[in-house]
Amino acid sequence: MDYESKLERVAVLGAAGKMGSGILLLTAIEMADLSLLPENRGRTFAIQAIDMSFEGLAGLMNYLRAQVLRAAEKKMVWLRSVYADRADLVENGQILQQYVFDVLNIVRPTIRLEAAYDCHIIFEAIKEDPALKKEIYKKIDAANPHKPWYFTNTSSIPISELDTDANLGGRIIGFHFYNPPAVQKLVELISSGKTAPELESFALEYAAKLGKLVVRSNDKAGFIGNGHFMRDALYGISEAERLAANMPLHEAIYLVNKVTQDYLVRPMGIFQLIDYVGVDVVSYIMQVMNPHFPGEHLHSSRLDNYLKLGVRGGQNSDGSQKDGILKYEKGKPVAVYDDSSKQYILIDGFRESADKQLGPLPGSYQPWKQVVNSRTKEVIFAALFAEIKLMETLGAKLAINYAKRSKEIGLQLVSDGIARTDEDVNTVLLTGFFHALGPITNHV
Amino acid sequence: MEKKIYMTAGYNTISLGTGRKEFNPSKPRPGLEHYIKEAGSNVLAKIGGAETVDEIVIGNFMAGRFNGQAHLGAFAPFIDEGLAGKPSTRVEGACASGGLALLTGIKSVLSGSSEVVMALGVEVQNSVKAIYGADILAAAGWAADRKNGHAFFFPGQFSDRAGVYFERYGREKTRKAFARWYRNAIENARLCPTAQEYQNMAADLEALAMAEPTPKAFVEHLNYLDCSKVSDGASAIIIASRDGLRRIGVSLEDAVEITGFGHAVADITKKPTDPTELSTGKLAAEKALAMAEIGINQVGTVETHDCFTIAGILGVEALGLAKKGEGPDYVLAGETSRTGEMPFNTTGGLIGWGHPTGATGVHMAVTLWEQLTEKAGNAQISLRQARPYGLSLNMGGDDKTQVSIVYKRGE
Repeated sequence: MDYESKLERVAVLGAAGKMGSGILLLTAIEMADLSLLPENRGRTFAIQAIDMSFEGLAGLMNYLRAQVLRAAEKKMVWLRSVYADRADLVENGQILQQYVFDVLNIVRPTIRLEAAYDCHIIFEAIKEDPALKKEIYKKIDAANPHKPWYFTNTSSIPISELDTDANLGGRIIGFHFYNPPAVQKLVELISSGKTAPELESFALEYAAKLGKLVVRSNDKAGFIGNGHFMRDALYGISEAERLAANMPLHEAIYLVNKVTQDYLVRPMGIFQLIDYVGVDVVSYIMQVMNPHFPGEHLHSSRLDNYLKLGVRGGQNSDGSQKDGILKYEKGKPVAVYDDSSKQYILIDGFRESADKQLGPLPGSYQPWKQVVNSRTKEVIFAALFAEIKLMETLGAKLAINYAKRSKEIGLQLVSDGIARTDEDVNTVLLTGFFHALGPITNHV
Repeated sequence: MEKKIYMTAGYNTISLGTGRKEFNPSKPRPGLEHYIKEAGSNVLAKIGGAETVDEIVIGNFMAGRFNGQAHLGAFAPFIDEGLAGKPSTRVEGACASGGLALLTGIKSVLSGSSEVVMALGVEVQNSVKAIYGADILAAAGWAADRKNGHAFFFPGQFSDRAGVYFERYGREKTRKAFARWYRNAIENARLCPTAQEYQNMAADLEALAMAEPTPKAFVEHLNYLDCSKVSDGASAIIIASRDGLRRIGVSLEDAVEITGFGHAVADITKKPTDPTELSTGKLAAEKALAMAEIGINQVGTVETHDCFTIAGILGVEALGLAKKGEGPDYVLAGETSRTGEMPFNTTGGLIGWGHPTGATGVHMAVTLWEQLTEKAGNAQISLRQARPYGLSLNMGGDDKTQVSIVYKRGE
């Protein structure tokens, strides 16, 4: 079956979720674009947007309408040629509205899993729960006569495990989008070893059509992205706990968050990143990964404790940050959760004294926003690390140790055979996590 | 001309749009009314108030669609209650609407029906994204051509002209001349605080402007820097007779005399016979120079309608400053820069200062009034005695309406 035929019948599971909605958007646009080609006229493309929540699906349609329009505005030149034979569509505005309709018109929102039974391709973006995923695959596979291909967005579960346990015979591939899928260029592609070659080549073609940058990861739990992030987060938590011997924990959390954001020139500090992904999600991913790395103990009882206390983070449906380990105003951390008093403690109340403990920022420091797209990034980092290495402050020491640990994690991913090259690790961190500097660097 | 006609008391608002630090597309911005009032009331303040004005002419292209607002003439009393009860007319000729507002005022004074006319041009285009603005601006062409036209209709039209020009006279030197034109525009805009590119501090402008066009996203032969931006703004100026000047208390040295004007149109339903020529522009400028009884070699500075760099080059040729195909050489020799033989667009022109479409013709007049009366501040050029004239060429559509005016320092 060719590329177009495969994409005639598609389902997205968890379509109203953050990842699912993005995957649905990109796939629906790709399908609509195929349907508009002269050679495909007369074919009916349909994408089943499957989610358990009526409210979620209603929100999904609003999201799609706005996002399809944005995407369409960027390809107006092509759209005019596509609708050239429609005499009734004269202005850009008319053509854009027609296109939005044509994309939305192939989307079938539903709460019924049965809608996946007629599909050739199943994108799965449900909860990171191996048992649930396997159960759903089995259910679909038993009722679907087309022997569908499964694209799982798992960021941690080995594909071979899903394949074997759901008895899919190589009809599954890891296709891990980064959040938000519509914006993030990176896709981690994971074949299980048994993944059908046709499925793999289809996945590469599909990724290329979506304009994604593919990094292949070997099929080890957590892959490259979470392989780095989870260990990096555990190190951040342990550093905060270590510092807490001499200061209140909430101040230590603030310091480690600041060092990881400012000294390491990342878009956000490590605790903010945990909140961004969700304390619950991070904890769950560790739980999935831990049995696969017996010597490592990928687990944080501190995160368990936060969850017990209802500290979860994550994002609201409008993309704004929910309070987690940190409390946010207009997306910026303003307070740190204190688990003994079960309250947020305002950063402004201790910022000055905490910053004093860190010492001054390096003179050559520039914020992430200025550095990330700079052509002279290498020169900036060379100067920054040269300076940090000569500094005797707590901030500089924390930063150097953190950067060393981050590099060590990266190198471990390569030596464990999870990433193929140093460059692949750096690409994932640079594009998937928007770091300004890859972890495997000579500056450290 | 039987009667002496003057312009004075010009005022430009800023040209607001991308590039200005105060521009934020996601925040509310001043509307049409604001610009009309700002430009109008600042002019009135220079001439002793609304009572001295006989008539108002407002040039505007497409407020009907950009802002859902027609009937702009009736905004005159919104500028100042003292204008209530006076005649006020909105005129339209696409991007030459401002030029037509000036001509309407000139003719009114010439006819004797008014002694003091305020001509005001305005456009507020950031109300829609550029991709929708392209539909609105496309109405400056023949509506029947829209369906088969480019997504970015006017960039498409001038890209086609550039394509033929490249083929006939060489791509490399022409693209280099485009880049030089861009650099001159930005460097001049940096000297004028109201310019949209006033804060543009990019280094190596010519290298930036040499970026290859991206036909998949835009047009085939032009890049984004070859184009004027989307702008909001207004300009206003007084047109007066000698008696009118006395009434408003403005001395001759603070005024420019209008010594000639030319206005020509071409059939909007026809394609240009020679895409490498602005034949209507040529005709309008020739008429203006003939009426002024001068040659182009007596003109010391030009404001030309560089909605696109190619239009700037074709303007140079239309004015007879370079032969056909040699406009790029003239530009590359530095002759259009502010220190060259013929300084063009000394506050940035449409590419550097901005292009609030209906205001542009009036903005040209304000700039020339400033230069000839030495009120141009940091953008002031020094005019040679043998070349005491200024000339403007304001285009509507794809060379379909052209308005040219010759100015001379009052004496």
